[in-house]
Amino acid sequence: MDKFTVHQGLVVPLDRANVDTDAIIPKQYLKSIKRTGFGPTLFDDWRYNEPGEPGMDHSKRSVNQHFVLNFPRYVGASILLARENFGCGSSREHAVWALDDYGIRAVIAPSFADIFFNNSFKSGLLPIYLDAATVDRLFKEVEATTGYQLTIDLAAQQVITPNGEKIAFEIDEFRKYCLVNGLDDIGLTLQHANDIKAYEAKRQQSAPWLFN
Amino acid sequence: MAGKTLYDKVWDAHVVRQEADGTCLLYIDRHLVHEVTSPQAFEGLKIAKRQPWRTASMVAVPDHNIPTKDLDKGITDPVSRLQVETLHDNCREFGVTEFNIGDPRQGIVHVMGPEQGATLPGMTVVCGDSHTSTHGAFGALAHGIGTSEVEHVMATQCLIQKKMKNMRINVNGKVGKGVTAKDIVLAIIGEIGTAGGTGYAIEFAGEAIRDLSMEGRMTVCNMAIEAGARAGMIAVDDTTIEYVKGRPYAPKAEQWDAAVANWRDLHSDADAVFDAEINLDAASIQPQVTWGTSPEMVLAVDGLVPDPDQESDVVKANSIRAALKYMGLTANTPINQVSIDKVFIGSCTNSRIEDLRAAAEVAKGRKVAGNIKLALVVPGSGLVKQQAEREGLDQIFREAGFEWREPGCSMCLAMNADRLEPGERCASTSNRNFEGRQGQGGRTHLVSPAMAAAAAVTGHFTDVRQL
Repeated sequence: MDKFTVHQGLVVPLDRANVDTDAIIPKQYLKSIKRTGFGPTLFDDWRYNEPGEPGMDHSKRSVNQHFVLNFPRYVGASILLARENFGCGSSREHAVWALDDYGIRAVIAPSFADIFFNNSFKSGLLPIYLDAATVDRLFKEVEATTGYQLTIDLAAQQVITPNGEKIAFEIDEFRKYCLVNGLDDIGLTLQHANDIKAYEAKRQQSAPWLFN
Repeated sequence: MAGKTLYDKVWDAHVVRQEADGTCLLYIDRHLVHEVTSPQAFEGLKIAKRQPWRTASMVAVPDHNIPTKDLDKGITDPVSRLQVETLHDNCREFGVTEFNIGDPRQGIVHVMGPEQGATLPGMTVVCGDSHTSTHGAFGALAHGIGTSEVEHVMATQCLIQKKMKNMRINVNGKVGKGVTAKDIVLAIIGEIGTAGGTGYAIEFAGEAIRDLSMEGRMTVCNMAIEAGARAGMIAVDDTTIEYVKGRPYAPKAEQWDAAVANWRDLHSDADAVFDAEINLDAASIQPQVTWGTSPEMVLAVDGLVPDPDQESDVVKANSIRAALKYMGLTANTPINQVSIDKVFIGSCTNSRIEDLRAAAEVAKGRKVAGNIKLALVVPGSGLVKQQAEREGLDQIFREAGFEWREPGCSMCLAMNADRLEPGERCASTSNRNFEGRQGQGGRTHLVSPAMAAAAAVTGHFTDVRQL
């Protein structure tokens, strides 16, 4: 997993509440047995004019010019600004992989669905929740300013606006530690293998039917 | 000290260790696996040269990609076929139990688990699928996880978790005739919204919940995720224990008695404190129909499609406008005047025997309306299918003009050939009415099995109580 320390990038505003993971990556692409290659089909139904299928050359498809990601001013964006309950619905981590593969490193929203939020950290995508009024203000600033960039300083837990304003955000210590160091949490958990074995031994005594 | 909630009890029994910031290693008893979210996890294990921690905790079944007809021809879509074959190969390589195509136990993972007794009260259950919340109907702590966590559970038998908050939703009193578990849970989502349960484990309680069969309880917990809660739970009682008894994975002989004694404590203590508590009057719940592109966009069957001009919140008004446009609906239209093109009875929400019986009761002696292009009945598993056929339900459906199919996820998410074409409108017993969920441009209205059958035989949404 890539480390996440400080990231500066162009912001794209997706002004919709309850963006679900079916919208982020439609089901036909979940047939892949790989973790990569989902970027071209991120927001597929919104991004293209015609339905897409796996195996197509997506670079040759007709692009929906009315969808915000396709606006020339947002090409190359790496920070997605979103509304409430971003990532609701299915548990598909493919949604995170698609955002990551497209080049999005952070999503800023007033709230996230729990599973999406959790999945994000596993691929080094940083979900940042800020209060709704602040997010609303950022939407206005992004829309008013072509080339609007934000800087995210994870160590300092700050989102920094172009005029130098520092907006603090919350993140769990453990999650921050893993992101900053790019750590694989399976390896971390296996450091506690003896604790897991001890738990199992005790549980096998008290609830043996769980181990049949 | 205050008493414990059901969630507290199951959580506490599974904490392996806790860090200073509250992050825990939570032990997982049962890991259900399907073909869509597991290949990258198995691959991760192989790359890291790791073995599953406890293979016996895993049960696998292909479901999302499975065709629901002409199974003898196999899976014709090569991409789907590769995914299903990859699951099979991985299960063989790692020694994981799999119920493959052709095995009567094959079916939707959330139907198969409880049916086999692989889901037991008090367990922690995970699966790379958000509708894992279904299994909370057994007083289990069950929730969906992403593929990285699938790999993590395979490798360590644990999840890294922080405890969620406790919410209780009491559905007080009795529901009226013709009102089902699906209507209850849609009404709950209409009340609290699709993010209402975010950050919580929801316990469903109250007389109307206790009155439900296990099938009904599974329907309610299944859709906890549509209210934002990863986990829904229901206290264990005689109904739970009767359902589990004698199933293949259920404890036997003297272990059974010890297990039952343990399970009897799986309820919230009388003095337990919840972070949030919501009360609904069961008698006020009507049969429900969703009108929009989020499960919270739901109406009683006699209701009107909402008017965005009446909504003061700008973000909400915009959501209503976008949904009306996508759904091809006009504000203030009575929902029971909306006609449909297709009907889907199935999915992990509503494909169990009781669901099929409810739909068959409505279909019996009636015919699917002329404007319906396709009415599908897809049983949740091979065993549900066999049971339905023993009861003659397949005959009732066929005579009415429904197609009787093989088990799988089918048109709930259209990863197989069953799907909506752009603009088609469907009465569906599934769980998500998101844009494109049942096929790009498709329009999904969520309803109960009885309401789906009523829509099929009349051609439009109809109050099943007035048929």
